[in-house]
Formats: sequence, C-alpha cells, structure tokens
Amino acid sequence: MSRDHILHRIRTALGRSPGQAAPELPAPRIRIPLVDMESRIASFRTRLEQLAGRVHLAATPEEARAFVADAIAGKCAVASNAPYLVECGIAALPEVRSGVTDRAELRELCATMNFGITSADYILADTGTLVMISSPREARMISLLPPAHIAVVPRERILTGLDELFSLHPCPSGETSSMVLITGPSRTADIEQILVRGVHGPGEVTVVIVG
Amino acid sequence: MSIEFDRKIHKTLEDANLQLAVYTATARLKDGRTEVVSPAELPDYQELRTQAHDLKKHVMENLDSYLEEFERNVEAHGGHVVYAKDATEVADFVVGLAKERGAHLIVKGKSMTSEELDLNERLEHEGLEAVETDLGEFIVQLAHERPYHIVGPSLHKTRYDVADLFTKYLGIEREEVPEKQTAIARGVLRKKFLAADMGISGANMLVADSGAVVLVENEGNIRLTTSAPKVHIAVAGIEKLIPRAQDLAVFLKLLARSSTGQRLSVYTSILSGPRRPGEIDGPEEFYVVLLDNGRTRLLADRAKRQSLYCLRCGACLNACPVYRKIGGHSFPWVYSGPIGAILTPQFLGLGHEPALPFASSLCGACKEVCPVKIEIPELLLSLRGEVRKAEARDRKNLLERLSFRLFAWIMTHPRLYEMAGRVAAATAPSDNGAWISKVPALMNFGPLRTWLSQRDLPPAPRKSFRELWRLR
Repeated sequence: MSRDHILHRIRTALGRSPGQAAPELPAPRIRIPLVDMESRIASFRTRLEQLAGRVHLAATPEEARAFVADAIAGKCAVASNAPYLVECGIAALPEVRSGVTDRAELRELCATMNFGITSADYILADTGTLVMISSPREARMISLLPPAHIAVVPRERILTGLDELFSLHPCPSGETSSMVLITGPSRTADIEQILVRGVHGPGEVTVVIVG
Repeated sequence: MSIEFDRKIHKTLEDANLQLAVYTATARLKDGRTEVVSPAELPDYQELRTQAHDLKKHVMENLDSYLEEFERNVEAHGGHVVYAKDATEVADFVVGLAKERGAHLIVKGKSMTSEELDLNERLEHEGLEAVETDLGEFIVQLAHERPYHIVGPSLHKTRYDVADLFTKYLGIEREEVPEKQTAIARGVLRKKFLAADMGISGANMLVADSGAVVLVENEGNIRLTTSAPKVHIAVAGIEKLIPRAQDLAVFLKLLARSSTGQRLSVYTSILSGPRRPGEIDGPEEFYVVLLDNGRTRLLADRAKRQSLYCLRCGACLNACPVYRKIGGHSFPWVYSGPIGAILTPQFLGLGHEPALPFASSLCGACKEVCPVKIEIPELLLSLRGEVRKAEARDRKNLLERLSFRLFAWIMTHPRLYEMAGRVAAATAPSDNGAWISKVPALMNFGPLRTWLSQRDLPPAPRKSFRELWRLR
C-alpha cells in the first residue's frame, strides 16, 4: 500500500522510526498590535477602497437597513440566515429572499439574484478583509455566486488583522468546514495584465459597518 | 545543452512581442512585491521569512509525524486521505472515484501539482471532461499548452491569441476586448461549475493540527471548485504541510505579497472535511491526495532538501534576469525560472536537461526574494557539480576537461604561467588599447569561437604585473 511505502521512505530518508514524535515547536508567532477603534475603521476603509471595494458607515441598524434598501432598490437579493441581518431588518426587506436552508434552492437563487447579502464573523482592519465562517447562518454561495456582495457587520467585529483572528480561532476546522477570507472584489489580470473585476466571484463588494 | 532548449531560448529571444509581454508582466509583479514588503509596510518582513524557513525546515525533518497528524485530523472531520506514489496512482484514484459516483464533468482549480502529473490528459482518455477554471489556465488548456508562469499561466498570450482560441473552441463571434473576453469565460465556466460532479483543486498549504487545506486565489474559481460540486478532491505534494493553523499568520503574510504584491489574495479558503451538519452548502465528500512523485527521494538529500520548502509564489521567476529573457516555455518542465532549474533536475534526473543548472547568472536575486529563504544559487552550484561529475563518468566533454586540466597545470606553475602570459601578449591583436572584439583566425574555431562570439577581450598590457613589480 502506498501509504506505508511513502511513510517508510520518508522515515528512511530522515532516519526516524514509526511513532517517533516531532520535537516541540516554539509557540506560534502571534503579534497583536494595539489599535483603537477609529483607526481600525479608517484602515479597513482605506485598504478595501484601494481594491475598489466600497465601505459605508452606518450609525444605527436602521440606517444600515435604509442604505441596503436603497442599494438594492428595483433589483433582487438573497440574504443569509445571519441573525444580525434579521436584527437590522434587512432580511425582511421586500426585495430580499432569506431563510433558505435547502442547498439546491439556495444555489438556484444565488445564480439568478443581483445581490448576495451576508453578515461577516469578523473584518480585518489591516487588509480590508471579510472573514466568513460557513455555518447554518452563513452559506458559502451567497458571497460567491451573485455579481454583487453586500456584508453588514457591527463595528465590534473589527479585528486588527490575521494574528488576532488566529488567536481567537486557533483551529478553525474544529468548528466549520470552511473559513474564507475575502479581500476585495474577484479579479483577474490573465489577459495582457489588464485588471478585470468580477471574473468568477462578485465584481462588487460593499461593506456596511454599523455602530 | 539540448537542441530543444537552445531552440526554445532563441525562439523566445527573437519574438519581440513576447519579450515585451514577459518583461512587463514580471516587472509589474516584481514592483508590486517590493512595495508591500518594504520596511514601512511590513517592518518584520525579514523575521517572518526566518520564521517561515524554520517552520518548513522543522516540518521536513519530521514529515512522517506531521503527515500522520494531518491524516488523523482530516478523518476526524469526516474527510479521507489517500497517498499516491506517482501520477498513475493519482489518476487511478480520481478515475475510480468518478466511475463509482457516476461523475462525468470535473472542474479544476489551478494547481502546479496537477500540471506535474498531466492529469487532464489521463482523465480525458478515460472519457471524463476536465475543465480548467482559472482564466489563464482555461486559455492555456484551450491552446493545449503548459502554464507560462507559476502565477500567470497565460502571460504569453495576447488578446488576439485569446480571441482566436475563443472563436475556434467556444463557437462564438470574435471578441478582442479583454473585459468582454473575461465575461465570456465567466459565462462558459459558470455553467460548468453548476453542472460539475467533482471539483479538483491543489493546495497552497496543508495544516497538520487542523486537517485543513489552504487555498489562495483571486478569481473565485477555486471557491467554486471546492464548494459547488458534491465531491472535492485536493491533490497536494507531501511537502505542503505546515504545523499549525496559527502559523498561517506567518505564511499568509508572505505568500500573496511575494507572489502578486497583494497584502492578501482576494480569497483565502481554509477547508476541512465535507460540509458539517447544519451547513447549507459545501461538498458531501472531501478527499486529500498526498503525492510523492519524487519528493521522498529529494527529502533524503540533506543538502538539497530545502528545495521542498518552496511555496510556489513565483517571486524568483520575476526577479530572475534569465527567466525574464528566456521566458517560461524555454524551460523543459512545468516548473520554470530559478526554482524550476533546481526542481527539474531533482525530480526528473540530471540528464533530462543537463544545461539547466547553468542557465543562471548566479546573481542571487532569487534567493533575496524567496519568502522561505531557499538558497537557490548554492543549490544550482551543487547541481552543476553533479552534472560535471556525471559527465566525467560518462567521458563527455573531453576537450573541456583537458583544457581545464591544462589551465590548472599552468596556474600552479609560476614560470609556465609567466611564459604563457608573454606568448599571449605577443600574439594578441593590438588595436591601440581598445577592447578586442575580433580574434585572429587561428583562435576562431570550434568551442572557442562560440565562447568568443559573446565576449570581448581586454587589450593585452605592454608589461605584465610581474615585470612592473620587478622594475619597481
């Protein structure tokens, strides 16, 4: 069997024996800088806007709902089951389909709707990144198939960066099959180095930070 | 040098459009990298490189233990791990699973490992449709070519080439605007994603303590490949392991920066197992194929083991003055540039293209930009030594060996050396102290002619250093 063959070859190459543990590694390198809330939001905004993403600051959940309602007026949208979208009243907007739990139905919706609306588990200040953990509340396809993605996030979910994220989730796969970091709209430059947005994923990403 | 290598290099050098395309693409990537690893932007960049190097070194030295840990954790999350010795075993597994599941259409995410295996040919041979979904890979698959660059597979293709390919194979009207061409590919591939039975990806990293596959990309095709079909298979070299998810804080900061000059790629997916209970979408089945294909042999070579630290970021290609002139397709295998020059002889044997380790100026630019600090120039030198030793065994290059023996003999005998100097000075053509670009007919033959055709000689001095010293 190839498994035993390969492991045997590796042990021979390294002079190790079966079951021999690896020596202890030093602790992972995690450095979390101290950054106040306003600077985090400013940094997030700068980074995402550099990538042609949009950032909207809403003072209240009502304001967030009004912004989203305006953005999708006359179009159709599919929303995730994130409780925060219900809290903001976004899930109940007339253009929005939400509460879908069937895989095939959701996929069909995502493939036809103009907007996918989600919340996000975190956002990362130093890169302008959305952190999406797959769960019954957040499906993978909503932030992927529709041509435009809107994420509505309460401001307390903004982290400084990757180090803080991995200190809070030292082992993401313990809780989910998929943690995805989204940094700006989908893009390619495969034809003559010309930047084109929205090649397979959404060409527009808007993040509404609430609070 | 093989005729093939020589021919491809000349073909690239003579193609002005291609020269410009390669030069501008690599310049863009190179400048992008320089900006985001600058001390102002990333003050601990050098420390991160050292960390990444040390972590990779540690994993390679204890690889069996980390592979077993990875395997346990993948299985704990409901996934499966399959070990494969070579291309045939990978293809056998994929074909076998496809037949069991009644699968016909397979979507693929860009993977250098998969290129290494020529997997698509084998799948097509078995009657399966395998579609590359990265835009650049999609283009080179239509053209039946190999990727030109690790991160820019189609950078040698113009919009007109793409228009030709799309018209010919997609049955559409000619379209020469890149934005519209991209939209066409999106439409074609969107249908494939939604109909696909299986998705095959590579892996940028495998995380031992999580049983996770990490994938970075900009287009979203890998997210679709790994999430839309019911079955996801990740094919990865055994060297892709890192110990802990928390180490991603080091590797993710280096990878996209080195590769494309981004702080993070647009999408970073950390995937483990099929969808969990309650999750609405994601694959029903999750497999990781761990590939050897020559890697264990490389692991046994203590000095050159570090070639396995490579993250496939492509930074060394962009930095390399040789790659930037001779391009990706001059190289004899899927891996090009400096890293290709060290991986190819080690995977395929020195004899595959003995000139490859010599296709470098040893300037060290590759080593300087490598995010995991692989000592590429040192490895090239060591491979050169091996090539020469093999040639000596096979009694090749007799003339060169004799010349060097003669040279060594003269250099170790001071009187002979002085005499040789006088003879050379007396017979050298003199042109009033100008550099000599033409040599006498006497010397203009065989290997000397080739050597001198690329080099000018300094004028011979009137008096040698030794003579000046004595007259002092």
